[in-house]
Formats: sequence, structure tokens, C-alpha cells
Amino acid sequence: MRVEQIAVFLENKSGRLAEITAKLAEQNINIRALSVADTADFGILRLIVDNVDKAKTTLRSSGFTVGITNVIAVEVADKTGGLAGVLKTIKEERLNVEYMYAFVHKTGENAVLIFRFDDMDQAIESLQRTGYKILTGEEICAL
Amino acid sequence: MKSFYDAIKTDKQEKVMTLYWEEEIETLPRVGLESIQLKRLQHLVARVYKTVAPYREKMDAAAVKPEDIQSLADLAKLPFTVKEDLRESYPFGLFTVPMDQVVRVHASSGTTGKPTVVGYTKKDIELWAGLMARALTLAGATAKDMVHNAYGYGLFTGGLGAHYGIERLGATVIPVSGGNTKRQITIMQDFEPTVLLATPSYALNLAETMDTLGVDPKSLSLRVGVFGAEPWSENMRDEVERKLNIKAVDIYGLSEVMGPGVAMQCLEGDKGMHIFEDHFLPEIIDPDTGEVLPPGEKGELVFTTLTKEAFPIIRYRTKDISRLMYETCECGRTLVRMEKVTGRTDDMLIIRGVNVFPSQIEHVLMGTEGVEPHYQIVVNREGNMDTMAVEVEVSEDIFSDEIKALESLTGRIQMDIKDMLGVTCKVKLVEPRTIQRSEGKAQRVIDNRKL
Repeated sequence: MRVEQIAVFLENKSGRLAEITAKLAEQNINIRALSVADTADFGILRLIVDNVDKAKTTLRSSGFTVGITNVIAVEVADKTGGLAGVLKTIKEERLNVEYMYAFVHKTGENAVLIFRFDDMDQAIESLQRTGYKILTGEEICAL
Repeated sequence: MKSFYDAIKTDKQEKVMTLYWEEEIETLPRVGLESIQLKRLQHLVARVYKTVAPYREKMDAAAVKPEDIQSLADLAKLPFTVKEDLRESYPFGLFTVPMDQVVRVHASSGTTGKPTVVGYTKKDIELWAGLMARALTLAGATAKDMVHNAYGYGLFTGGLGAHYGIERLGATVIPVSGGNTKRQITIMQDFEPTVLLATPSYALNLAETMDTLGVDPKSLSLRVGVFGAEPWSENMRDEVERKLNIKAVDIYGLSEVMGPGVAMQCLEGDKGMHIFEDHFLPEIIDPDTGEVLPPGEKGELVFTTLTKEAFPIIRYRTKDISRLMYETCECGRTLVRMEKVTGRTDDMLIIRGVNVFPSQIEHVLMGTEGVEPHYQIVVNREGNMDTMAVEVEVSEDIFSDEIKALESLTGRIQMDIKDMLGVTCKVKLVEPRTIQRSEGKAQRVIDNRKL
């Protein structure tokens, strides 16, 4: 029910993102989704890729600090109010979101929301109970 | 007719006439001075040898007895005293008198959190007050002055050391201490102090705050500033003089020797500080070999106290780099002058008047779980203040996918450093292997201040 996400530490220096994506491209690793969280001094790049282990080894050997964390991928229809519905449920279920980001399928019919909750088990239980479709890592890679 | 003091005050930067606190000793021909020094040195060495075991042991190991001191040159026979000796005898082991005769202690920060402690008898405090009054007189201050003392009061020798000297001089002391800058400016406007005592960087902070508040320094009564406790450049002196519209002079001192008032710049000579040689005997040594260098050569400054009771010190290596100038000064004083301290033999940093050793930072970092021993300290002068940033490499142990986790880590380290050193610094996380690796001695400090 959980998807593995790669997090990479980045100093705010020009060209760091380009370097990471180039390394991944060299290894034929496909990025499905990404987000960058930043402060004045540093940033955290979060990636959903089709080969987590290979991506981790590649980036680590290039000298980056890499972490693997579990996130939850929720599929919703790509239409007005899709995100609002999920967030309403999250609020009603009193789930606490640490961060989130989203991407849209190639087909354009559905969107995928990536969530990191402070209580992941509780979140999975709540979202499944309220009828949301939670994607696995394989499903995301197959999209 | 203008009074004598008014003439000095109105004729701000100009020389009116040289004022002495103790004219006879300050202008004594060097032969006379040296004979006093030798007598005092012999007496001191005999007393210390008798009363302080660590000194006696070191002298015995060097096979030197108090009777061997027959001339000032024989001083070179005595072993050096270093900061570590003070730490080993922490807190009171090097005191020469029973504690019931010690009326005050001061302390400076130490590398592992343990400060070095010094003590004073009643007579020492009186001596210090007198020497500080002499120092203020060199800056042209008199009993008619009001002195704004912005040195920190507390264990630091700056605040209280200056305070007693100002009172001894008969001037009025405003014991304002450091901080609360806006209030300090209000006090300057309302009380009309004529002399400012502060660290140079704090003086510039005052100037900047005046600018922000729209206070014109020319509207204030300040005439002269006595600045010390941190290294500062001639360029910074110009800046302080221009921004505060005052004459800025140097004072030198260190707690191990006494505190402020060991040496002081006069208004007449444009270079160097007169060492109060009747009480402190200076030497310049080669920091690598320990050899005494000839007059005029640059090296490490070493002090022997000649008259202090509770905490005398023999051949204390200050680690300050300077040189000694024996020519008689324009002011008429025969007391040797030491050049403005241009550097230190070790890597101790002085940040806003506080001693900081890289090893102290390391101590905090290494006490934080998951932090790698790869760090660097970057010191800058931003505007008028010293800033210190500690760069820490992010290992996988401390890395998190959440910003708040990393920020709470940097916040915790910052707080620990503040608690231990009393200095605010910024902790910056950097990517692994971005800090240059040591090829022998690690370069822990990048000091970008133009000193």
C-alpha cells in the first residue's frame, strides 16, 4: 500500500538538480513525479522513480545524501474538486499531512496525489475505508 | 577664561598637553625602570617558587632556582606558562595566597567548557584600578569626564576592570554593560558621556543604530573611544572614528595577566600601545622555538606580572603576535610600546569579544547524534558585526525527507553552541564531501574578516 520515495539533500547551488536528473537519465531511470522543498540554505528533492534501488545506488555513488521514505499514492479523477474531496476526507479523519505533491496520468483521466502523513497506518486505513484507491509502487510504475 | 579641562574637551582631537597619571614612573629613564623591574622580578620569582607547587616543579625540572635571576635577561631561563597550565590547576591551583585574601575572581572561556580562573587580592584590585585609571589618562580622560562603559560586566574582566579604573580616575561611570543598544543611545543623548568604552564591533553597532534612529553622532558629547577585547584593523579604527566622530584608541589586556589596562595607546604617538612595564614585563619570542627575539622583531608576546599578589604569572604565552618598540614616544613616556596585535599563533577566534575555539564547536557537534566530524567554521564581518557560521555535512543518519526535522536539528545545534560558548552562530547544512578534507592539520576555520 506504500510507495517508496527517494529524498535527496540539496544545497542551494546552481546546477544540482540538473546533475541529479542527468545521472538518473544515464542509468535509464524514469522519474514519475518529483517535488522540491526548499529553505534559504538547502532543499530536499523528493522523487518517485521506476527503479528505487538503482536510483539510490546511482545517486549515493555520485556523492549525494539519499534517504528512502514511504509515502502514500492516492488516485483520484482528474476533474474539478478531485483534490478538494480527498483533503476534505483527510480533514474529517483528522489526518496530519507532512507534505504532498501531485501528478497527472498520461491518459489524462486520473491524477495521483502523493502524501506523507505523520501516522501512515492510520491514513491508509482511513482512506481505504472512505473508498479511495491507493496505488502500489508497481501500479505507479505501470502508469 | 576656559578651564584646563574645558580646553581639552573643546579642543577635541588636538593635543593640548600630555597628561600623566603617574608621571615619574611613566617617563622614568629606562635604566631606572629596568632596575625596578629586576627587583620586582626577583621578589616575584622567589615568592612564586615558595608558594606555588606547579611553578616550583617546572623550575626544578628546568634546573633553575630563584637565585639564578641576576639580570632581566635571566628571565629567559624560566619555563613558560601556557593556558593548559591554568586548566590543569583549575580553578584556584595557581593562586599564591589563601582564599580568604582573594576578594574577587574572574574567568575566561575554556576549550572544553572549563574556563580559566584568575583571582585578585584587595591590593590587586587597587593596582588594577590604578593601572586602568592610568590607561584612561593616556586616552586624555580626566575626573571631569563621564564614561559610558559598554564592556560586558560579569566573569569577563572588561566591564568591572574598566569600572574600577573609571572610579579611581574620579570620572563618572555609566555601568551600562553590553546590549540594549537603543537604550544606550538614549543614555548617550541624555547623560552626555564624553568617553566610550566598548569592543570595536559594538561601537560600530552603536553607530549603525544611531543612523537607523536618525541620531547624529555630532550631536553627542563623545570625544574619545577606548576599544579593545577583540582584534581590529586600522581600517576599522578609521571607520569608528568617522562614524562616531571621535578619536579611537586601543587598549590591551587579558585576564591571565590582569584584564584591561596591561597596555594602552596614547593620543600622541600614532602607533602602538604603551605596556605598563613597571607591573608587566613583556618579551617577544619565536613561537616555534621559544627563543627570545631581539627588540623590534615580530613574534609571540609573553608577559610576566611583576607585582600581582593572588595570581601572578611567569612568562605567560599570550599567543598574540606583536612586536616591541623601545623608542621614547612623542608623549614623553619611556614605557615600551607594543604594536597592534595582528594575529594569533593558534586558531582561537574572537567573535564579538568572546573567545571561541574550533574544538569547542567540535565538542558540541560531536555530542549531537549522527553528526559527522566534518565541519567548518566560517567567520565573516557582516556590516559591523562578526558572524560565525558552522557548516555541517549532512550524513544519511541525520538526513530526513522533512524540512522541519532538518531545521530542528540545526536549531538544536545552534542552541547548544549558544549555551556553551555564549555566541550566536548559524548552522548551515551542506552536502557530503563539500568540506575540504585535511591533509595534515585540518583547516577548521575560514576567517573572512579583513583584519
